[in-house]
Amino acid sequence: MSEASSAPAAKPPVDMVNVQINGTWHQFPKGTRMIEACKQVKAEVPHYCYHPKLSSPGNCRMCLVEMGMPPRPAPGTEPEKDEHGFAKIGWMPRPVIACANTVSEGMGIRTEGKLTEECRRGVMEFLLANHPLDCPICDQAGECRLQEFSVEHGQGESRFREDKTKKPKNVDIGPRIRLDDERCIMCSRCIRFCDEIADDPVLGFTERGTHTTVTIHPDKRLENNYSLNTVDICPVGALTSNDFRFQQRVWFMKETNSICTKCGRGCNTEISARSDTLYRQTPRENNDVNSTWMCDQGRLDFHFVNSEFRLTDPMVKTGGKHAIASWKKAIRTAADALRGLNGEEIAIIASARMTNEELYMVKQLAAATKAKFLDVIPRNGGGDNYLRSDELNPNTNGVKQILGIEPGAQLDTIQRAVRSGLVKGVIALGENLVKCGFDTESLGKLTVLVSAHILANPTAEASHVVLPVNSYAEKRGSMINVTGRLQRLNKAISSPGQARDTWEVLRDLVLEISGSNGLHSVDDVFKRLAAEVKCFEGLTLSRIGDLGVQVLETTETVPLLEREKERKAKGVIVG
Amino acid sequence: MASVEYLPGKQPHAREHRMIFRNVDRVGWDQSIETAIADGAYEMLKKAVTMERQAIINEVKASGLRGRGGAGFPTGVKWGFIPPTNTKPVYLICNADESEPGTFKDRYIMHQDPHQLVEGMAISAFAVKASLCYLYIREEFPHAAKIMEKAIAEARAKGFLGKNILGSGFDCEIYVHRGAGAYICGEETGLIESLEGKRPYPRIKPPYFPAALGLYMSPTIVNNVESLCHVKHILQMGGAEYAKLGTPNNTGTRILCVSGDVQKPGYYEVEVGKVTMGEVINDLCGGLKPGRSLKAIIPGGSSAKVLKADEKYKLKDGRELTIWDIPMDFDTMAACGSMAGSGGVMIMDDSRSMAWVINNLNKFYQHESCGQCTPCREGSPWMAKISDRIVAGNASPDDVDMLEQVANQIEGKTICAFGEAASWPTQSFVRKFRDEIKSVTKTDLSGKIVNEETKLAVAGLKA
Ligand SMILES: Cc1cc2nc3c(=O)[nH]c(=O)nc-3n(C[C@H](O)[C@H](O)[C@H](O)COP(=O)(O)O)c2cc1C
Ligand code: SF4
Ligand code: SF4
Ligand code: SF4
Ligand code: FES
Repeated sequence: MSEASSAPAAKPPVDMVNVQINGTWHQFPKGTRMIEACKQVKAEVPHYCYHPKLSSPGNCRMCLVEMGMPPRPAPGTEPEKDEHGFAKIGWMPRPVIACANTVSEGMGIRTEGKLTEECRRGVMEFLLANHPLDCPICDQAGECRLQEFSVEHGQGESRFREDKTKKPKNVDIGPRIRLDDERCIMCSRCIRFCDEIADDPVLGFTERGTHTTVTIHPDKRLENNYSLNTVDICPVGALTSNDFRFQQRVWFMKETNSICTKCGRGCNTEISARSDTLYRQTPRENNDVNSTWMCDQGRLDFHFVNSEFRLTDPMVKTGGKHAIASWKKAIRTAADALRGLNGEEIAIIASARMTNEELYMVKQLAAATKAKFLDVIPRNGGGDNYLRSDELNPNTNGVKQILGIEPGAQLDTIQRAVRSGLVKGVIALGENLVKCGFDTESLGKLTVLVSAHILANPTAEASHVVLPVNSYAEKRGSMINVTGRLQRLNKAISSPGQARDTWEVLRDLVLEISGSNGLHSVDDVFKRLAAEVKCFEGLTLSRIGDLGVQVLETTETVPLLEREKERKAKGVIVG
Repeated sequence: MASVEYLPGKQPHAREHRMIFRNVDRVGWDQSIETAIADGAYEMLKKAVTMERQAIINEVKASGLRGRGGAGFPTGVKWGFIPPTNTKPVYLICNADESEPGTFKDRYIMHQDPHQLVEGMAISAFAVKASLCYLYIREEFPHAAKIMEKAIAEARAKGFLGKNILGSGFDCEIYVHRGAGAYICGEETGLIESLEGKRPYPRIKPPYFPAALGLYMSPTIVNNVESLCHVKHILQMGGAEYAKLGTPNNTGTRILCVSGDVQKPGYYEVEVGKVTMGEVINDLCGGLKPGRSLKAIIPGGSSAKVLKADEKYKLKDGRELTIWDIPMDFDTMAACGSMAGSGGVMIMDDSRSMAWVINNLNKFYQHESCGQCTPCREGSPWMAKISDRIVAGNASPDDVDMLEQVANQIEGKTICAFGEAASWPTQSFVRKFRDEIKSVTKTDLSGKIVNEETKLAVAGLKA
């Protein structure tokens, strides 16, 4: 598509046009925005206001480039040709914005050269003239477009000798966001996001000229469940997140691609951490899942990972009291106790928040213990017309495919069997049974209660053996989201204390109960899945890639994506 | 036509050709529809609705009429830009924002001859197939708005507006919309946004050319008050006959609004290109003030580049003109490096300080920048602040050069033509009067003027 061509101009197929960028001819589909065409051939055009998922107001003027078209030849004459056989370009004396204009046949674009460079230097100087330059205490420092483009296109010193325009600072515009109007470059991205994506047009400009100020409408708050996306798209430090502000300098953090596990959508994320502490999660573009957005609830649902209530050591209860034990002892104690029961007396409550690999081990555990009862806790509600799914478990589709069960189908039976004493041993994996309809009293009567958790909770309290396991941010594995897409989690940090990878803990338990199983890594587990479960056929964990693979046909659509598709078809956004 | 008498002291100059301003300052004239009809008003509308639409557009094209709002774009050509395949409603907007400093013609049309405008709008609406018209009147013209409202109601009562006009099957309504006090509402796409109830942020072109994607994303024709009035006379005379007025490609009459240092400032309707700048000053306006000499002229509203009294203008055809010889038309004025613009001619004599003038203009543009795009939002206040310092005696000579460079960084890089409007005055004044402006600056301030905040920030960066 964007291959450089030196052969003489062949007439391009109907929907392709020949465009010269910095001296080299390329072909692009008709209708491609100039800025996207340049990007495809690595002639990146700096920009502030342009965002492919939002309308293009063309207000920052950072993307100005030199443009030319072949002059219309006098009637009856042929246009003059260049050495590649293309009509010679007549360069326009005035620059054009690359963000909102589309390429056309014979067009020339120069993203380098005097005119373009002068424009960029000018816009940079203007943007900085009234800017407070408080980089040292600004959260955006290190990922600020003003800083980045200053280095590339600005000049060392300011020629501005006047007093700067004063504007409101530290404005409380919503529960999770603060606004510094002096840092704002009036790109209107935040306003357009609220208006076009979140259907909550609470932001707008007031005043005019140099006094133009982004503000919240009187009596309104920026508090919709997608509000923090404005912080992501704000190219400068004008909008900052209350949660992240002053927590960490961005250049110290390490980013890991993963997915959100707060609901069945599985929005693609980037997890930012320093040492073994998580500082933030931001959405990562995936046009089959979440576009470039995520909800605030999902985004902020990571603090438990850093919690002081993390379980850090395996524990075994003796004489009614928990004592820290070695992993070996804890696994052996659990295995011995379970071996003492017969399958009819054992129930496993697993979780639809577990990865496919963990669920595979659950299946092995069920086979090894011959457990008669197996279920997961269903969770529903809270879906919206954007990204949030009504399915609150991130891997219900994995449960259905791997365990072959309908979540919650057996739950009543199991609860009754526990109460009646029919079931004597329960294995609770990642679920706090006390919160799921089991009463502490009957749990107390069990012969064996083995549980694996991330945080301390009443079920752990009641357990004979407590196995501390890792959170979503500490593991590699996969899940299948509500639309049937297989996606991968990656390990961003190490687990605290002795807590271990859930799949490994289950592997050891199975090993202890029924002998060797040849599983040494999470990739081995996936290999088994690929061999045994149809939807994983032919795949490996690495082959899932950063954007996932569609493995199931579902009728589920994502309302936000549907609307974006419509706007893309209309040419309002690039998409 | 009945002979026309004018109020004492308001008689037109013999060099004038009163057509649009025929009834301005007329004895026995008022704004009522009866008076207008007695003088032949709405006869052209009656004729128009019996014509083929395209025939009217062809007459306007043949007349060579160029827009009187500022850009001088051929009106008939503009009307032809409505996509032939269009299925959406078409709107007609009359731009009565008249906010270009130095311009005061549209208000007299509305104040004294409202029915001429109503008729011109109705004919134009018929021609472009618009059933809804908006008359966008600037906030500062409350009187004009009242008069126009009344005229529209009268015309409606007589069946010149409303449903099935004169039995033709053509429906047309005109609504008056009041601005809220912003110059940028005169820019046509800013005006359209304002009409839609939003901030008047001009739209990017492409893609939002009003004739294709205007009001409510429908084809929209925006014309100036004076331009729409001309349409009536074009129909009356026939396009070819109208084109005999004025000079080739600069046809018809236009109203010059002369202000500044002349004996008789005021409005003068003349054939385009038939009088020279010298004749405007010496004949129409009775000459400069006693004992004064000409220094500079802004010929087409405050956004037009200044002309310096002692300049010589070389034209392509070999002629060399002095400022006195420039004919008041579109093309020669452009060839001399300025523009005829909105017809606002501002005369400055040797009593004027050019530093003061450019500061005054810069203050206007800084105040009126809508603030949407970076170069204009940040550049126009910067220019104003520099020129503030120049007139306050707190500037160094290189500030004058920087003033020009800031203007250069605005021109051609903005969303709308306000960017040019704001930078052309500075560019031309500095280029032509650099020495004079520098003479009020102080050499010993070179390098000494710094902004405390910037100094701090720079120190921080160097540390
Ligand atoms: C900053 C700016 C201000 C303008 N103000 C006016 C105005 O007050 N009145 C007007 O008729 N045209 C004004 N214009 C020109 C309009 O955009 C438009 O070109 C004009 O109304 C078209 O009418 P015409 O073709 O009849 O001249 C302005 C243009 C700019 C860029
Ligand atoms: S707050 Fe940020 S996103 Fe919003 S207009 Fe200002 S710079 Fe742009
Ligand atoms: S919509 Fe669901 S998956 Fe996406 S961020 Fe929110 S909770 Fe997470
Ligand atoms: S040039 Fe000035 S007036 Fe025009 S859109 Fe930009 S900021 Fe607004
Ligand atoms: S990216 Fe802002 S104008 Fe193009």
